[in-house]
Amino acid sequence: MNEPLANLSELTKRFDAKTPPAIDRLTTQILPGRVTGLVGPDGAGKTTLMRLMAGLLAPTSGAIHVCGFDTLAEPNALHDVIGYMPQRFGLYEDLSVLENLNLYADLRGVTGEARVETFERLLAFTDLARFTKRLAGDLSGGMKQKLGLACAMLRSPKLLLLDEPSVGVDPISRRELWHMVYQLIGDGVGVVWSTSYLDEAENCADVIVLNQGRALYQGDPKAMTSTMEGRVFRLSGAGAERRAVLAAALARPDVLDGVIQGEALRLVMTEDAPAPKPEEITKSAGARVEPTKPRFEDAFVAALGGQPKRHLTVSTRALGGHDGVTPVSAQDLTKRFGAFTAADHISFEIKRGEIFGLLGPNGAGKSTTFKMMCGLLRPTSGKALVDGLDLYGAPSAARARLGYMAQKFSLYGDLSVKQNLSFFAGAYGLAGRARSEAMDRAVAAFDLAPHLATNAGALPLGFKQRLALSCAILHEPPVLFLDEPTSGVDPLTRREFWGFINALVARGVTIMVTTHFMDEAEYCDRIGLIYRGQCIAIDTPEALQARVATPDLPHPTLEDAFIGLIEAHDKIAA
Amino acid sequence: MSAFGPRQGRLRRIRALIWKESLQVVRDPSSFVVGFVLPIILLVLFGYGVSFDASVIRVGLVIEEPTANTAWFLASLSNTPFFAVQISADPRAFHDELASGAINAIVDLPGDFSQRLARGDTASVQLITDGSDPNTASLASGYIQGAWQSWLNQKGLTAGAPPPPGIDVLPRVWFNPELESRRFLVPGSIALIEMMIGSLLTALVVAREWERGTIEALLATPIGIVEFMIGKLAPNFLLGLAAMTVCVLAALFLFHIPLRGSIWLLYGFTSIFLLVALSQGLLISSLVRTQFLASQIAMITAFLPGLFFSGFLFELSSMPVPLQWFSRIVPARYYVQGLQTLFLAGDIGSVLIPCSLALLAMSAVLFLLTARSTRTRLD
Repeated sequence: MNEPLANLSELTKRFDAKTPPAIDRLTTQILPGRVTGLVGPDGAGKTTLMRLMAGLLAPTSGAIHVCGFDTLAEPNALHDVIGYMPQRFGLYEDLSVLENLNLYADLRGVTGEARVETFERLLAFTDLARFTKRLAGDLSGGMKQKLGLACAMLRSPKLLLLDEPSVGVDPISRRELWHMVYQLIGDGVGVVWSTSYLDEAENCADVIVLNQGRALYQGDPKAMTSTMEGRVFRLSGAGAERRAVLAAALARPDVLDGVIQGEALRLVMTEDAPAPKPEEITKSAGARVEPTKPRFEDAFVAALGGQPKRHLTVSTRALGGHDGVTPVSAQDLTKRFGAFTAADHISFEIKRGEIFGLLGPNGAGKSTTFKMMCGLLRPTSGKALVDGLDLYGAPSAARARLGYMAQKFSLYGDLSVKQNLSFFAGAYGLAGRARSEAMDRAVAAFDLAPHLATNAGALPLGFKQRLALSCAILHEPPVLFLDEPTSGVDPLTRREFWGFINALVARGVTIMVTTHFMDEAEYCDRIGLIYRGQCIAIDTPEALQARVATPDLPHPTLEDAFIGLIEAHDKIAA
Repeated sequence: MSAFGPRQGRLRRIRALIWKESLQVVRDPSSFVVGFVLPIILLVLFGYGVSFDASVIRVGLVIEEPTANTAWFLASLSNTPFFAVQISADPRAFHDELASGAINAIVDLPGDFSQRLARGDTASVQLITDGSDPNTASLASGYIQGAWQSWLNQKGLTAGAPPPPGIDVLPRVWFNPELESRRFLVPGSIALIEMMIGSLLTALVVAREWERGTIEALLATPIGIVEFMIGKLAPNFLLGLAAMTVCVLAALFLFHIPLRGSIWLLYGFTSIFLLVALSQGLLISSLVRTQFLASQIAMITAFLPGLFFSGFLFELSSMPVPLQWFSRIVPARYYVQGLQTLFLAGDIGSVLIPCSLALLAMSAVLFLLTARSTRTRLD
């Protein structure tokens, strides 16, 4: 039973002789009957390692045996006993759910009676039975992932390799994916789950923390988390000043990491540093510091050397906006696609300098609402106002007052950083001095000078994100919309990104953001929860958590709140 | 594979891939367009639009001083079905008509025409054609020069004088005696269509798997490279044959082109050609991973050589020698030759067998190259 499923020794994979190896002399084992988490920042080598184990890449040196087979010499025998789910949805979008399943059942040799049984079980398991005739391309993100998982599990593999299965998947679908995987490991299947959600690492029996192709840590995530005992603190009572307090705290050498959690701050101290004193960090009188339970994420960030501490001056000028006008306002926004109502009388208002999070399961109408707010999708009825200007009445005036950062960054990969900036400046109508000043400002604020001549496509992810953000705010909009800006992005890069956002907020910029990361949702001042086309709750993170608190669960997490509120809504509807 | 032998597993996988591929062809309008709409457009274009025939050449004949000789020449022009002749005495009379395209050429018999002829001098005749339509211009020029030569010959024979040198060539056109260009253009365009379907579609469908990321999940299943290749080729092979059927029906019933050879040989010969075109497509797709590049390369390496060097638009024998050599490695050349033979001449083994052998040799080379360069891994 405990014979390892995969044996890697001194495994190295190099794509290019000039660049450092993607996997660097990695020695590890994957055990059956448990979930092994593969975590690490972007570019750490997670996908390369997955592909090496799936026999899709040839190692440069070292040995790799999976399920007893040499991945290079016996790929077909290996593929017969593993299941692999690539990071990108790998199924045919122009085939229906059932046709995809049939194809993979044929390829994997699941036939006759066994196929009928397997399909029945998997369709029930994934809750896709209602959608067998639907084209895979028309499924929501969560359903696609479930279908991908079903296809990978068709033949009860010995080893199941899942490459970031939960990217872009809402918390409910994420929980369901984990349930499916836990059922498998009961049967002795080994699962490797790579992820950039560190709360998921805590669900794993083992983790491998990869950085630059090497394992920083291998073993029980709890053991890694426990090394942080006594170093994590919660600072509450900083109130509206908390973003400034966080910036001040991060400037201290003894603070390794810090994030906003609703109204409070979470601070991770360097080893052997004493507990922080509230009066050293903030002037507000009610501030209290108390020790709190460490999370895996704290240990992860600490292992990677803490939060990057750059002194960033996002020098946007004082952004007045129209005083006394609500910067963002949705009024009874409704969008119908034929008989289907994607957004049903959604209303909310965002105050100046506020971060407003738009949350909801995949396919709930979140993106539709977001697109209507950006002026990309005309509402069937209702109004979307930015700085008091109707996006559909005075579109160009309204759009000039908002910046928009799209999910996949929308940069021109074949243009250099400078050319991208220049293009977007032009697109926002900046010319001559105004254009060169805006570009200089962006370069200085986001530290882009060393990369000006690099093509955007070749930038490291963190810089791509910076560039996308700087392009979105070249025209200094008082309102900024971010659509899943950190989907699939590792915690360190995300922290850096939120550092920029906090600096913008400090200047009076109003932010609307969508995200599937619950810890990011806690950075928001208020959250709107969208479900089945309706806005079922708008409140601060704490208030939402308080709504689902029960005697059994006195301190629910925001994820608990998310799921609880949606389940409660379903009950009322039923 | 427990209940089945390895062979059955292989057959089942191939069948599943073919079924998947066929569903995608049916659902993807672009395959349908390339497979059925494009052939019809090309056929109609070549069948009706492009024509190398000037069925009637409208000539303006300027006779500055009517004599017996000019009347004789006029008669020799008017008596052929190729010319519609108008007459005038004014050299400038037809200039506007030529400019407006109402006539195709002006033949000017100068005032001293008969005198010079009588003296035995070379009588000069001026021929003006409409250069804005070079095709018709060169045809008109050729026809009129032909008519002029034959008139001179007749005249010489009548006068008992020896014919001028170099004109005893008697071109005769077989198989397409009406010289209807449609008759060789339609078989030629069938070759182009098959080339498109074979190379372009195949290159596209594999590149699409890379572009959409579907290949990654596919490669992680127990399929072998041969299974993958057959799964890709078989549906396009059938699509190619179906498109050919459409073309043949159109050729027979729309353009009334005779099929003098056997229909079975036509299908057999086409199948051999499709092997070449398909493996060329596979080779392209194993080298590039985006649909855009694949289609560009297919256009440049398959479609354009097929258009220029297959001999269906441009006479190969009139090309520079290096280009003639080059045409020997263009598969469409052999296919066009075979098709024109099958349509216009019949089952001529001395043409079809060498062509088939050349095509088979090419497909063997391409297949080997493809099998060597197709990757079952991502690196």
